[in-house]
Amino acid sequence: MLRFTEEHEWLKQDGEEVIVGITEHAAEQLGDLVFVELPEEGVTVVKGEEVVTIESVKAASDIAAPLDGQITEVNPAIVENPALVNEDPMENGWFFKMTLADPADLDGLMDEEAYRAYIA
Amino acid sequence: MSEELRKTPLHALHVGLGAKMVPFAGYDMPVQYPTGILKEHLHTRAAAGLFDVSHMGQVAVRAKSGEVADAARALEALVPVDLVGLAEGRQRYGFFTDEGGGILDDLMVANRGDHLLVVVNAACKADDLAHLEAGLEGCEVEPLERGLVALQGPRAAEALGGLHPDVGTMRFMDVREIDFAGVRAVVSRSGYTGEDGFEISLPEEHTVDFAERLLGAEGVLPVGLGARDSLRLEAGLCLYGSDIDRTTTPVEAALEWAIQPARRAGGARAGGFPGAEVILGQIASGAARRRVGLLPEGRAPMRGGTELFADEEGAEVGVVTSGGFGPSLDRPVAMGYVAIDRAAPGTRLFGRLRGKMLPVTVAKLPLVQPGHKRA
Repeated sequence: MLRFTEEHEWLKQDGEEVIVGITEHAAEQLGDLVFVELPEEGVTVVKGEEVVTIESVKAASDIAAPLDGQITEVNPAIVENPALVNEDPMENGWFFKMTLADPADLDGLMDEEAYRAYIA
Repeated sequence: MSEELRKTPLHALHVGLGAKMVPFAGYDMPVQYPTGILKEHLHTRAAAGLFDVSHMGQVAVRAKSGEVADAARALEALVPVDLVGLAEGRQRYGFFTDEGGGILDDLMVANRGDHLLVVVNAACKADDLAHLEAGLEGCEVEPLERGLVALQGPRAAEALGGLHPDVGTMRFMDVREIDFAGVRAVVSRSGYTGEDGFEISLPEEHTVDFAERLLGAEGVLPVGLGARDSLRLEAGLCLYGSDIDRTTTPVEAALEWAIQPARRAGGARAGGFPGAEVILGQIASGAARRRVGLLPEGRAPMRGGTELFADEEGAEVGVVTSGGFGPSLDRPVAMGYVAIDRAAPGTRLFGRLRGKMLPVTVAKLPLVQPGHKRA
């Protein structure tokens, strides 16, 4: 089941980890991405901490850690080809995987229906 | 900020095409269409892009004597360009300068035979009008409420030529009045992308119909302000307010090519414009800093405001004034000011980005080869 943040990130449970990316809505609002800088694997992050820098043709923005935890894996494909985030934000354009300090935190985030209402 | 945004004659057309609209210089303008900035940019370089530039200021300057040469002489008091020597049907780039040699705005001046047509930046047009009215002797200054569209790219001539064959014989910086089946337009072969192309000034009420006819031509797509910015950046063209302003002189901005010999020391009409002493002095002995092209080595764009250093330890030598991603070069591109001893192409500097020192190389402008039709 997908969860969403107010910062337009999606989170998907994948075994012990959650996969994090940005929503189609966010990708569309940002415009064509030209640069992505990802965190180092293994770093501990706190909710709200800026962990990813992205630049679109228009401007730079930061992506915050959606919850407390540890980054376990990053997606090199979007560093190589930032346009992948625009083309496939919900699948191949994922940003990083993380383990959560408290897996129950996930339940505090919006579900798909709530997110749709949020962006409507 | 509560002031209502103005709309160009093409506003409804942009909205109908699905454009993303943003406030720009007091107007509600399209930053991009559903095509997206990257593809709009690349399409303009490969085929043709249609831009709405109706927000820009168009001003007719007429001498009370009726002689265009008198209007040219009067305008030379504000602009350090040889306007007396500007032939009928030709256009020149120039700028208003202030007493300190700074740039108040940059502009295009065309000799229309019986008057001068001056095109200025949207954000500056109210100030420019007041400046013209106060500074021009024996002239009438008339702001024109007309539409202005730019058709840019290697297929622009073919597309506009489909509406009237005469445009094909125009050279870069020619200006001509052309009757497009009852729509009398003033066409210049110029633009702000580094490509061949045209800017077409026409009555407001015909602007939508004309734009739709151009969009119906093969190879033409609407292009927004986002791609306009990346196109002009690659072409090394200044954006007023970012790359040039009152704190930069034409010599620092590497724009002395626009000051012809007639206005320089020893010329027939040397000086006689605001800031002449500073500007002519800098032409003679150089300025301490210079606008240059910049190519960041990695993939991270260096935007305006990025500080530049001689080495990683940090002696500051300049600043980026505009920067972003250059789709045609498929890499970050920028321009900025650096100390004159760091201005040679190939000089390696460092830009401080999010606390990191990243290498950037000084490059010759323009960063892409222009496609202007000069012969």
